[in-house]
Amino acid sequence: MGLLTVSGSPHIHGGLSVKKLMWGVVIAMMPAMLASFYYFGMGAIKVTLVAVVSAMLFEYLITKFILKKEPQLHDGSAAITGLLLAFNVPSNLPIWMIVVGALVAIGIAKMSFGGLGKNPFNPALVGRVFLLISFPVQMTSWPVVDKVFPLGLDAITGPTPLGIVKEGLDNGEPMSDLMSQIPSYTQMFIGESGGSLGEVSALLLLLGGIFMLLRKIITWHIPVSFLGSVIIFSGILWLIDPNAYVNPMFHLITGGMMMGVFFMATDMVTSPMTPKGQLIFGTGVGIITIIIRVWGAFPEGVSFAILIMNAVVPHLNSLFKPKRFGKEASNG
Amino acid sequence: MDDAILNALLVMASIGVAAAVILYFVAQKFKVIEDPKIDLVDEALPGANCGGCGYAGCRAFAEGMVKAGTMEGFFCPVGGNDLMKDIGPILGLVPEDKKPQIAVLLCNGSIKNSIPKFDYDGDQTCSFTTNLTAGVGGCSFGCLGGGECVDACNFDAMYMDPETNLPVVKFNCVACNACVEACPRDILELRNRGPKEKRIFVACVNKEKGPLSKLNCNVSCIGCKACVKVCKFDAIDVNNFLAYINYEACTLCRKCVEVCPTDAIHEINFKPRKPKPPKVDKPKVAAKPKAEKQAEAVVADLTKDLPKAEAEVEVKAEVKAEVKAEVKAEVKVEAKVEVKPAEATATEGEEVKSEN
Amino acid sequence: MGLLTFKMGGIHPPESKLSAKSAIEEVVLPKQAVVPLSQHLGVPAKVQVKRGELVKVGQLLAKGEAFISADIHSPVSGKVAKIEPRVDSTGFRKESVVIDVDGDEWDESIDTSTDIVKEIKLDQKEIVERIHRMGVVGMGGATFPSHVKYMVPDGKTVEYLIINGVECEPYLTSDHQLMLEKGEELIIGITIMMKALKVDKTIIGIENNKPDAIENLKNIAKNYQGITIEALKVQYPQGGEKQLIDALLGREVPSGKLPLEVGCVVNNVGTAYAIYEAVQKNKPLIERIVTVTGKTVGKPSNYKVRIGTPITELLEKANCDMEGTGKVINGGPMMGKALVLLNVPVTKGTSGVLLLEKAEAKRMPVLNCIRCSKCTDVCPMGLEPHLLSIIARQAENERCEEEQIMDCIECGSCVYTCPSGRPLLDNIRLGKSNVGFMIRNRSRK
Repeated sequence: MGLLTVSGSPHIHGGLSVKKLMWGVVIAMMPAMLASFYYFGMGAIKVTLVAVVSAMLFEYLITKFILKKEPQLHDGSAAITGLLLAFNVPSNLPIWMIVVGALVAIGIAKMSFGGLGKNPFNPALVGRVFLLISFPVQMTSWPVVDKVFPLGLDAITGPTPLGIVKEGLDNGEPMSDLMSQIPSYTQMFIGESGGSLGEVSALLLLLGGIFMLLRKIITWHIPVSFLGSVIIFSGILWLIDPNAYVNPMFHLITGGMMMGVFFMATDMVTSPMTPKGQLIFGTGVGIITIIIRVWGAFPEGVSFAILIMNAVVPHLNSLFKPKRFGKEASNG
Repeated sequence: MDDAILNALLVMASIGVAAAVILYFVAQKFKVIEDPKIDLVDEALPGANCGGCGYAGCRAFAEGMVKAGTMEGFFCPVGGNDLMKDIGPILGLVPEDKKPQIAVLLCNGSIKNSIPKFDYDGDQTCSFTTNLTAGVGGCSFGCLGGGECVDACNFDAMYMDPETNLPVVKFNCVACNACVEACPRDILELRNRGPKEKRIFVACVNKEKGPLSKLNCNVSCIGCKACVKVCKFDAIDVNNFLAYINYEACTLCRKCVEVCPTDAIHEINFKPRKPKPPKVDKPKVAAKPKAEKQAEAVVADLTKDLPKAEAEVEVKAEVKAEVKAEVKAEVKVEAKVEVKPAEATATEGEEVKSEN
Repeated sequence: MGLLTFKMGGIHPPESKLSAKSAIEEVVLPKQAVVPLSQHLGVPAKVQVKRGELVKVGQLLAKGEAFISADIHSPVSGKVAKIEPRVDSTGFRKESVVIDVDGDEWDESIDTSTDIVKEIKLDQKEIVERIHRMGVVGMGGATFPSHVKYMVPDGKTVEYLIINGVECEPYLTSDHQLMLEKGEELIIGITIMMKALKVDKTIIGIENNKPDAIENLKNIAKNYQGITIEALKVQYPQGGEKQLIDALLGREVPSGKLPLEVGCVVNNVGTAYAIYEAVQKNKPLIERIVTVTGKTVGKPSNYKVRIGTPITELLEKANCDMEGTGKVINGGPMMGKALVLLNVPVTKGTSGVLLLEKAEAKRMPVLNCIRCSKCTDVCPMGLEPHLLSIIARQAENERCEEEQIMDCIECGSCVYTCPSGRPLLDNIRLGKSNVGFMIRNRSRK
């Protein structure tokens, strides 16, 4: 008999690991990813592959040669960052831009803070926003969804529904005209709207989100408060003037809303750690998203809103503590 | 166009003037009048902010000393006597002379001497494991090998020896007391460096009865008092089955080292003993392996490098001397380490001299 | 209606009750018994026998003189061989009485028959005195001297006696078996406790993975006044005092206070049985039921063991495969302590001996915290283990105290659930000992 092992209690572990959590997220993203392949074709496959491979490569190189540590690629966090980045860019983006985006996401937003778990901002979003600000033209020329599997790389480009509505309203076009220019709500919900890879199908993103909720990878607090505040805030605006503001349903199913709700805002590392904090965080993201969408310069505001709220997470963590046991004794 | 430039210039200038005026008055208003001596003393101090003097940092130490108006009870272990002599004139005082000290590990319970009885898998912090178990070797007094002392050291003067799983104090120790305070089991002690770095101490802190402590460790003090009997200077006390050598009273005669049945008393940096007729009754306690062991315990860092690159050690010392010009005591120790590679064989440690 | 349980946090580890339904067996007497003088929380007892003295079973070996201390009685008969420090389960040496066993001669005052004595002859004061003198301690694992709980300070009233039959630790089955086999004695023990506390309401909380025990006790309790049995939803750490009161009564014991603050006294079923034996049979606490279990145990069982028996003997009897064993735990897998050596004695607090396989014994590699906040979600005390762990490690003792580190019940739920395998509880324990030291220093000033 060898030596006995000794350590402090507890002596058993529930078997949950970072790896399981991360690959769970990847599985949840699969349906939406496949849908994007279907709608955008080779371009989408190329973008996804490049983003994932370069994100993992940068993480490997940086841990190995700069931080001089053992690379932890198998935990899947770099793959998720790559996937999320791919979800956030149009399928006709030049390859070198994606590589730059992955470098910014992994190198600047993640590893410079110390790697997994230490980054204050969602790496994929930092990468996306960096690309959006640096290369606005390429980042906003969205290929139009063509149901025929387009093998060529030069798809026709056009604005997203959000872009159409935003521009139209700014130019004073009547709401009814604009509504006729965009696909129907069912089409948009199932996935026939142009945009980034991950914006294509709200339905499949929703499915992935429900999968993560059931697997307890995420909790309900952030999605519910995010969606709730979007519906309430945009609903109030719509009730005030239906001609100047689009209805809440439109906000919910267009753009990166579903992706933001389930995959970006719920990122464990960059979201608050207490239920109360998570509710405030979700509400804040929802309100800022609508503010940017309605009054901002960009048609889409989810990624900016999440990054802004990421910045206040440390404060939310220290302001909203969980309720302690026995804090207010309730006798009876 | 010209107007625009002019306007910009005017606006910038007026903002600058306004800010300067505000700054001036605020600075006057919140001016703190401080004894200029504090600044002078603070500048003279090494700036390591190690806390070895008992103050929060060098500035606090300077403030404390200037306000107290005396140098009694104030000592910077990093700068040592030379620094205190430099500071004396600033304050118009004469410092008391203190003997240079070094941290010494009072335990030799290495993996070989105190065989591990179980495999510890958990948080390695000494202050945690000290409550959880007695320690892998079974001794509830000895070193836990967690390296909290090494973490506490601000001067890179300690490291963990992977072969023994014990910390090793290097010569550049400044006796700042940080490791002593960090150790939850009080195994480290500051002792006088001694003439030519010669030291004799009991490397054990086990307070159990002899047979019990011997169960866990081959080199524990068993409280047999053989050393007390042989000591002519009353320098050794035995309390709770544990001998302690008072370094102020010890004359380094080395008599106690010879009589210790468990090799618990260590002598450091002595010349090798003259060969004696081999003893029949104590075959184990031969002089040579003992000397080796002691050398390993304290000067392992130097001896390791000796055979290969003794020149590098000297170069390193010189570079350090330049960088830390103000840390004079340390420099002396470092820079004057002389190495005689010719004799660096079985008793390497003893050739490392310091003309301090 | 859903089953009752506590409100905050909690986990549900696999129950793994391998030794369930195996009847309590007696273990043969050891050749030599080692009886430590500190088997309880508080001051060690003072030895009353001399080397070479002959002792009988049940004879006083050491007297607990301080208020929080307990008497130690001889579990065997024979000659006191030595009184010396012996290694206990943590590797530290503690003063112990070593007895060479010779025969099995019991002290005359002990009623050794198996008859059930129902009539309670003693009055309230005598009962408490008897509990004190028979060395009864909490049998749940904390080994808090029981008589202290029955000396209710003036101005406090006890409304409920709560009996803990939860046994929420995975693997352990000793309480379960006790409830099945010694139900009648247990309930009598409870009536004695009720008399000592002058309460008329008792709730026995049992998790509903033990339906036979619930059934058995319900049947017996029909004949007694004021005892109700409540089935609870299986959730760890329901056996914690504060969690159990919350589950049964919905009352939260305020931070840093005793259950007495909300009118409750909590005791384990094992303690109830020990009190029955002490009061009705005049039998001191000299034996206890120990579960020997684990995947490398050939025959997982519940044994009735004399205190002082070496654990090696239990392992032999249960036919354990020591080659495949990587860790031996004194107690359950969540809160038990890993044994440093195997030839240590069974003490009053040994509720089980659990063997883990080599693969289970090692912890998973430690990764960065990913701030998933799962530890916060499962903490039954509403603390933030991830935060406490960091600030405890940095020795920010004041901040630890502010974040209520002392409320931690060390249930280990956070470590169980942490996906990064971080040693949260190790760090929190370190913080607790530092903060405790700081608080003691402060009150001394």
